[in-house]
Amino acid sequence: MTATDLSLPTPAVAAPGNRNAPRRSVQSRGWRLVGYAALVLAAAGLLLPFYWMVVASLKTNSDVFTIPITWLPDRVVWRNYLDIWQRSDMTTWLGNTLLLSVVVSLLQVVTGSFAAYGFARVRFPGRNALFLAYVGTIAVPWQSYMIPQFILMSKLQLSNTLWSIVALQAFGAFGVFLMKQFYETIPEELSESARVDGLSEFGIYRRIMLPLSRPALASLALLTFVTTWNDYLGPLIYLRSPELRTIQLGLNTFISQYNAEYALIMTGSVLSVLPVAVIFLLGQRYFIEGIATTGLKG
Amino acid sequence: MATLPRTRPRNRRLVSRNTVAGWSFILPNFVGFAVLTLLPVVVLFYVAFTNWNVFGVAEWTGTANFRRMWSDASFWTALRNTVYYTVFHIPLTLGASLGLALLLNRKLRGVRFFRTVAFFPYITSIVAIAIVWNQLFSPEYGPINALLGAVGVDNAPGWTTSSTWSMPAVIIVGTWRYMGYYMLLFLAGLQTIPAQLYEAAETDGASPWQRFVHVTLPGLRHTTFFVTVLLTIESFKVFDLILVMTGGGPGQSTLVLSQYIYQKGFEENQFGYASAVSIVLFAICFSITVIQFMVNKRRNS
Repeated sequence: MTATDLSLPTPAVAAPGNRNAPRRSVQSRGWRLVGYAALVLAAAGLLLPFYWMVVASLKTNSDVFTIPITWLPDRVVWRNYLDIWQRSDMTTWLGNTLLLSVVVSLLQVVTGSFAAYGFARVRFPGRNALFLAYVGTIAVPWQSYMIPQFILMSKLQLSNTLWSIVALQAFGAFGVFLMKQFYETIPEELSESARVDGLSEFGIYRRIMLPLSRPALASLALLTFVTTWNDYLGPLIYLRSPELRTIQLGLNTFISQYNAEYALIMTGSVLSVLPVAVIFLLGQRYFIEGIATTGLKG
Repeated sequence: MATLPRTRPRNRRLVSRNTVAGWSFILPNFVGFAVLTLLPVVVLFYVAFTNWNVFGVAEWTGTANFRRMWSDASFWTALRNTVYYTVFHIPLTLGASLGLALLLNRKLRGVRFFRTVAFFPYITSIVAIAIVWNQLFSPEYGPINALLGAVGVDNAPGWTTSSTWSMPAVIIVGTWRYMGYYMLLFLAGLQTIPAQLYEAAETDGASPWQRFVHVTLPGLRHTTFFVTVLLTIESFKVFDLILVMTGGGPGQSTLVLSQYIYQKGFEENQFGYASAVSIVLFAICFSITVIQFMVNKRRNS
């Protein structure tokens, strides 16, 4: 914890006397260097797998594993990025995943923010108990009720349709929780004065809360989009037909079919990560704010 | 409320109007939530006491599933492996994410870039991550063993091909993936510690280590508690990472509870027995959360 060394030089120098000042600055420069070294090392460790993914996807298959390791390919093989579309059903997988992610995000944002308003701003008997049921399920892992959920979903004739994934992802407690946290930061007087002016609860939600909560809605939409895009277990259990496969499911079947095509496998991986990476980089602020305000994940 | 009603009939009318309004807001989400989350959790406790199979024929079998579980060696292996993963994953991730957060909380250049980088593994899909790490861990040609060889490790581990090293490999990847996420929670926690506390500690002549122990750690108590709860649940339900990386192998060396539920339920169609195993997972996560909440409450008072 040397943040204060750098940001508050005056009181630190004044208090222990001038004798300590030069020693301190040497020490803090040393700490700075250590900090940078640690930062670079950690960044390298965090990025290495991504570097490998991209570089291997641009190699010929026999060049992926060599001794010594080629960290920079001699020539870049763009062919992999053409071949993959012919060798796999990438188009179908990406199409299904995009459709699911968009529909789920829309539903989650609409129903989640709607319910959150009810929890945050309307007082009625049983509200807190109901909210407790929502929050309580966060301590219950999905893996522990996936079996009865599957039974129910089959009874509703939803399994092996894309609807199963929509149903699975769109009504989670996460969206309600995130939006409720946000609504509670909006001053009560705002909705109170609107109520006095004769606006209905729905009117307050539409005209006041929704416009004010745009950043939170963006956080929720982006986080839901990415969660749905990355989901592997849901599709694994519910989507049996090949034409329903999502990108994660498709990618994994591709690996088992072509397990020696190291370069092509990496090409597929890059393509599966790319949309999420772009969305993350564009909307980074919303991701981080969403995570920081709830400290929860889907 | 500011517009507190003055008369009783108006009060009652307001309550019923609010109830209608409240429920109509909550209902669209609640229908889905009740049918797909609450109901399954309740049904779980019924199915676990039956011999439900793929044909949907279910007989009440009492505690038969649990008695079978008691003498099921694979179940105990799965439980032991889950605990193995948890015991290492929690402290490693706590340490790594807190370390990163402390590092990023300093005014260094490139911190913003680094925050992006640290978060990247978390938003990348498990499938892609598992595939890449499997290549990195490749025992003979992979870069990890090449690096180990370069620093003088002679017999580098076989990682996912060895039943001793497959779990450590999974733990490494799990920690790598989640540390950026928890770092973010710690960063948010660090921002709530008042700067005056550090100034005061410094004027008292506290060393950086003393400041960390006596200012930072107490200030982060709530965050640490919350992160530990999330980490515990996350560790006990670990599944997709292992499924794609090792498939539970070699042998049963990385078989975990969630995967055992999946195997029994969706591969062998023994929904009843799988539900009984699910109850164990449910009970573990639930009781750990409750215990942690109680401990935290007592420590606070």
